[in-house]
Amino acid sequence: MATDRHAETAQLKFRDPQRAAQLRAAIERTVAEVGHAPVTIMHVCGSHEQAIAKFGLRSILPPAIDLIMGPGCPVCITDMPEVDEAVALSARGVRVATYGDMIRVPGTTKSLADAQADGAHVHVVYSVAQAVEMARTTTDEVVFFATGFETTAVATAAVLLAGTPHNFSVLSAHKYVPPAMELVASLPDTRIEGFLAAGHAATITGWRLFEPMARKYHTPIVVAGFEPLDILAAILRLVELVRDRRAEVVNMYPRCVSPDGNRNALGQMWRVFELTGGHWRGIAWVPDGNLQLRAEWAHVDARTRFGLGVRTRDDQPAVVTDCICGEIMIGRAAPTDCTLFGTTCLPESPVGACMVSSEGTCRIWYQYGGQPNLAGTAR
Amino acid sequence: MCLGVPGRVVEVNGLVATVDFWGVRRQVHLELVDEPVKAGDYILNHVGFAIRRIPEEDVEGTLALYEELLKEAGQDDLMAADVRGEMAAIPPEGHGNR
Repeated sequence: MATDRHAETAQLKFRDPQRAAQLRAAIERTVAEVGHAPVTIMHVCGSHEQAIAKFGLRSILPPAIDLIMGPGCPVCITDMPEVDEAVALSARGVRVATYGDMIRVPGTTKSLADAQADGAHVHVVYSVAQAVEMARTTTDEVVFFATGFETTAVATAAVLLAGTPHNFSVLSAHKYVPPAMELVASLPDTRIEGFLAAGHAATITGWRLFEPMARKYHTPIVVAGFEPLDILAAILRLVELVRDRRAEVVNMYPRCVSPDGNRNALGQMWRVFELTGGHWRGIAWVPDGNLQLRAEWAHVDARTRFGLGVRTRDDQPAVVTDCICGEIMIGRAAPTDCTLFGTTCLPESPVGACMVSSEGTCRIWYQYGGQPNLAGTAR
Repeated sequence: MCLGVPGRVVEVNGLVATVDFWGVRRQVHLELVDEPVKAGDYILNHVGFAIRRIPEEDVEGTLALYEELLKEAGQDDLMAADVRGEMAAIPPEGHGNR
């Protein structure tokens, strides 16, 4: 593979300081034409936050742009009672398999890592397909604790449609991104004037489904890729739409995102899952925000198979009430506004889920030393 | 969990492809991909499933950032570590995956 050639292309195409400076200047000119400041825009993707923090994009944005991260980390919004269900299953001798990020997410009394330390069979898998394979090699019950947005829900659907062994079932904590964006947009006191939509979730859903939301809430939405200059270009396009008061959807990631998305994957997802309301950790009840298995898949639904009771949200540890992950994820607060950030709440001993995941805002800010603000020196 | 990583298809065997991610070969499921893939195509991998065949003309752009990240790996770099982690986590050929 021609890695050298690609590397040169990368230098030219994505790290070209001149092009970054041009984009920055264009953003600054455009935001000045909006007529008020700051202009607040929200992205809803952990991978976007990583790119923004890693490449210091906030530091080159003009101060008149307030770029905040919304509910875009699937680990962070998995609800505590959902973790409790997985922990409870593991305590019954069931093998629980899940994605690595989920292991340390605190439940009401313990995480899956704690359960594992207590002797439970908890397995980290990269793919749901590995959990199915595990079920084929054991007579134990294997439950896949299925988390993540539509990008991972489609994989869960695919393995179920392909056929799974009788001892395999799914505990679905899958979430669906568009209703959460709509919830944030609908908050009466929202400052959000535009969204950057997550390019990979939109690879599945397509960009056209954002159009009703853009119209209803008069909020432009730009689908963004993950290269630094792609993000800057998407921000420029979004600020132009804000300036022109055009509540449209623009796709700035066409190499992966089409108008109607991946119809094959979507078709499989909707054959297996249906939308239901659900609580997103730290945020709110999100109408249509959860993906639950359809009734015809009850035989592989771990909640049915193991008679898991109605989930409760009582008895949260006291320290959790000081955690402001929810405020952070809807854009009302920054990690540095939290009294726990960097003191009680650390990557090695997280209180809120935003500190657990490599996609969480708090974890990313901690990793990069908080929000860099070098705007004054960037001129 | 949430990171998509592009790779080049080396071989297709039914609904499983062997995919090259910077010299590391891994198996990727094809049940979800939007168009048929063949050897030489690039795909976007997400948790062991191809979710998109990347059009030829866009391949360089999609790979470029990852090249950049991998070159910088070794520094205290969360995102590069994440890309490496994703690639390392994909089960090796013929092991632990269908």
